[in-house]
Amino acid sequence: MTDYTKQIHRCFRCGYCKFPSDYSDFNCPSYARFRFDTYSTSGRLWLIYAWLKGEIEWSEHLAEILYSCTTCKNCVEQCPMKFSSDIVDWIVAARSDMMEKEKGRIPPRVTSFLEDVYRLGNPLKERGKRDAWANGIKRYQPGDEYLFYVGCLGSYDEFGRRMARSVARLLSEAGISFGILGNDENCCGNEVYLLGEKELFQVLAERNIQKFKELGVKKVVTLSPHAYNAMKNNYPLVSNAYFEVSHYTQLLCGLLRENKIRPSRNKIKVTYHDPCFLGRYNKIYGEPREVLQSIPGIELLEMERNRENSFCCGGGSGNFVTDLLGGSEESPSRIRVREAYETGADILAVACPSCMTMLQDAVKVENLESKLAVKDISQVVAESL
Amino acid sequence: MIDIYNLLAEIVGEQHVSNHKEERYFYGCDPGLTPPHEPDYVVMPETTEEVQQIVKLANKEKIPIVPKGGGLALTGLVIPQKGGIVIDMKRMGKILEVNEKSRYVVVEGGVTHGMLQNYLKKHHPKLRHSIPDSPAISTVVGNAVIHGQGRLTQQYGFNSDMVSGLEVVLPTGEICRIGSHSISSQHWFSKGAPWPDLSGLFLGWFGTTGIITKLGLRLYPCKKMRDVMVFLTDKIELVPDIILKLTHTEMTEDIVVNEQPLPPRMKGNIYILIIITGDSDEELDFKRKIIWDALWDIFESRDGGFLSVPADMKPPLLEMPSRDVVRFADVRKGGGFEYSGPIIPLEKYPEFITKQKELVSKYNLSYSATSRVIAGGHCMMYAFAFTFNRADPDEMDRIRKALREAAEFTVEQGGMMWKPTIEEQKMIIERMDPNTLKIMKKIKELLDPNGIMNPGNWEA
Ligand SMILES: Cc1cc2nc3c(=O)[nH]c(=O)nc-3n(C[C@H](O)[C@H](O)[C@H](O)COP(=O)(O)OP(=O)(O)OC[C@H]3O[C@@H](n4cnc5c(N)ncnc54)[C@H](O)[C@@H]3O)c2cc1C
Ligand code: SF4
Ligand code: SF4
Repeated sequence: MTDYTKQIHRCFRCGYCKFPSDYSDFNCPSYARFRFDTYSTSGRLWLIYAWLKGEIEWSEHLAEILYSCTTCKNCVEQCPMKFSSDIVDWIVAARSDMMEKEKGRIPPRVTSFLEDVYRLGNPLKERGKRDAWANGIKRYQPGDEYLFYVGCLGSYDEFGRRMARSVARLLSEAGISFGILGNDENCCGNEVYLLGEKELFQVLAERNIQKFKELGVKKVVTLSPHAYNAMKNNYPLVSNAYFEVSHYTQLLCGLLRENKIRPSRNKIKVTYHDPCFLGRYNKIYGEPREVLQSIPGIELLEMERNRENSFCCGGGSGNFVTDLLGGSEESPSRIRVREAYETGADILAVACPSCMTMLQDAVKVENLESKLAVKDISQVVAESL
Repeated sequence: MIDIYNLLAEIVGEQHVSNHKEERYFYGCDPGLTPPHEPDYVVMPETTEEVQQIVKLANKEKIPIVPKGGGLALTGLVIPQKGGIVIDMKRMGKILEVNEKSRYVVVEGGVTHGMLQNYLKKHHPKLRHSIPDSPAISTVVGNAVIHGQGRLTQQYGFNSDMVSGLEVVLPTGEICRIGSHSISSQHWFSKGAPWPDLSGLFLGWFGTTGIITKLGLRLYPCKKMRDVMVFLTDKIELVPDIILKLTHTEMTEDIVVNEQPLPPRMKGNIYILIIITGDSDEELDFKRKIIWDALWDIFESRDGGFLSVPADMKPPLLEMPSRDVVRFADVRKGGGFEYSGPIIPLEKYPEFITKQKELVSKYNLSYSATSRVIAGGHCMMYAFAFTFNRADPDEMDRIRKALREAAEFTVEQGGMMWKPTIEEQKMIIERMDPNTLKIMKKIKELLDPNGIMNPGNWEA
């Protein structure tokens, strides 16, 4: 990326980035939530430029505007300009810069997120017991084909743990040799990177890569698209150590194609929510759908905003913990579950533990719990075996 | 002292009002070249009643108000010259009614063109509106208020001609209904005729006479197919004649005349984009033939010809709104462009393009000259469009000077400045027939006795 300070003035504030490609609704989650133009992409880019020029000073409000960007990349997808692919990098670079120049003055919730990762290895204020979810799933041993990297939510969050167990069960049933890192696992650093704490990210990435090296890991399968993204796209910037990384939906897709998993008939109506770090970041749209459609009898109902146009649940860039977009009927997760419900589906399928916790909370607040079950793809498959 | 912030928060809810520096900064500028000026507050009402309460408060306390839609007019019309309250209308985003039989839609004051287009495609695929090429976030009302032009303007006139009724909050706080629904709340088919057309008190006034909270808009048949033909000529003086011949056919949807220096292969040529629509291949073929025939003599005399447009080049030319248009702002890698778009008599096209080229070489600028034919060719919008680098103050200054000259030229040539800057408005006012000006002044004083509405604009 070229120096963002020399480029950021190129935003014309035309607003295409507020929408999906068909203009059906607002698709920048923080704009949809707050509705001041300042909370849209152009708002951020113009305010960063103003801060660089000294036309505005740092303030808590400015920091809130900057950190409520979930780095969902809808703007990257929609901006018609040649620089579009750099937009989120500019926002992240400005966060880093601001952290340095403004001596760490960032929203308290973001500070505590980063401090917790630094002190505890996770942002969830949990100490140790990273393998408490595992219920006897064995540790990775040299020779195992896959390291199953479950990440912080998979290790500690109630819903994340269920997802992790369900994926592990399917892998076992398909005869895959794999193991986990258990208490030796560390935060993947994806959010830390996006929040602009590049040094801490470097430490986390190096630690994980070192561990993989020590154990001779050649293939990693991740529970979370966030970890998948960090390992696939950002770890190579830190080290040239080679290991193959896939997301669990890709692995499941292969296993289904090879008939190593055979779901039975299940007459269910499902809609699928594309997570940003699988979809827009890594262009994985087909495999999760193929997994679901391999279940005989399933009806896959698309939400209006899907694939490249998917509407972020609001959890990216650490917001599944910091929750800077919460507290309103217009919080992205609540908008998203209403959209999912409108499809007529009984199940809202997810492929990301962060989307899982955001959308689980949202169905409760929206009183949709009895009408719309949020499940991860592996759970939908497991229930169809 | 009265706490305006809290009073506004009581009306719209705390989440929808701000006096933070960040909102004041952002809402104090637009993407064009007008120097910024910050508001004191930004509010985002959701209902007509909320707008009414804000206006009443502002009128009582004599606080300036500036309504803002997409803020994309580019000529500073939403920059609060005297501070006060900017009302961001986009939370009033409901599409209230579509009447399929009488072909109109009723929208709230902040509905965007993008969302209206999507809504019609989804729910009323046989109907469309005259979408402009402004970015999808621009609002239907903002566009009508500045007498915008869209894809159906060649056929049916300015987008404001297509308005079929208004609901307005007057500067003194009354809610006023304009058009057929002033006597029957259900019917929004006419903005005035056959009675006095009071919509003229609000359209073209840049928010200085009231805030439009609802607007009725005519819809038109949406044909199943669209295609584009491109006619090329290097004879500037032939353009008015070509347009005359094309409009004579009554077969075209939109006609856009383009001249730009980049890419180099386009330099020196005038590209006339002719959009046709139809419900069948036969209909399109018929129209193509008639259009071919109409321009045959120009083709024969080798003064122009049709360009064969490869299939993969057609989608960007047919896209509505055209995203290509905003890419012009990145030509100088600087995020800016502004255009003065005078409405000119058709026959003046050669003079205007010659003038633009003169300005380009005098001030060393990057330009594009795009013109849209209006209402069957009675006039056209001629865009003196210049792109600039926001980080290059010198270039911005040169464009300001060029636009100033373009405005003076427009007035000399008898053209009408479209969406004029405040400076251009002053230029117009200086030259206006004194009695016309008197009427404008009386209207303004009558409707806005305290001068709170978008002050600085149309100050007669
Ligand atoms: C790339 C580009 C292409 C463009 N192409 C076209 C085109 O093809 N055709 C065209 O017509 N225009 C075009 N424009 C100009 C302009 O963007 C459009 O006309 C646009 O629709 C204006 O709407 P807006 O919501 O942005 O208005 P704004 O700029 O927000 O407002 C315009 C004026 O209306 C007033 N106003 C806004 N809302 C209200 C309200 N509710 N009540 C009373 N007054 C109100 C404002 O105070 C202001 O004076 C283009 C602009 C750009 C940047
Ligand atoms: S980021 Fe791109 S799409 Fe968004 S306002 Fe800026 S230029 Fe337009
Ligand atoms: S990344 Fe997503 S949240 Fe951030 S500005 Fe872009 S669209 Fe908005």
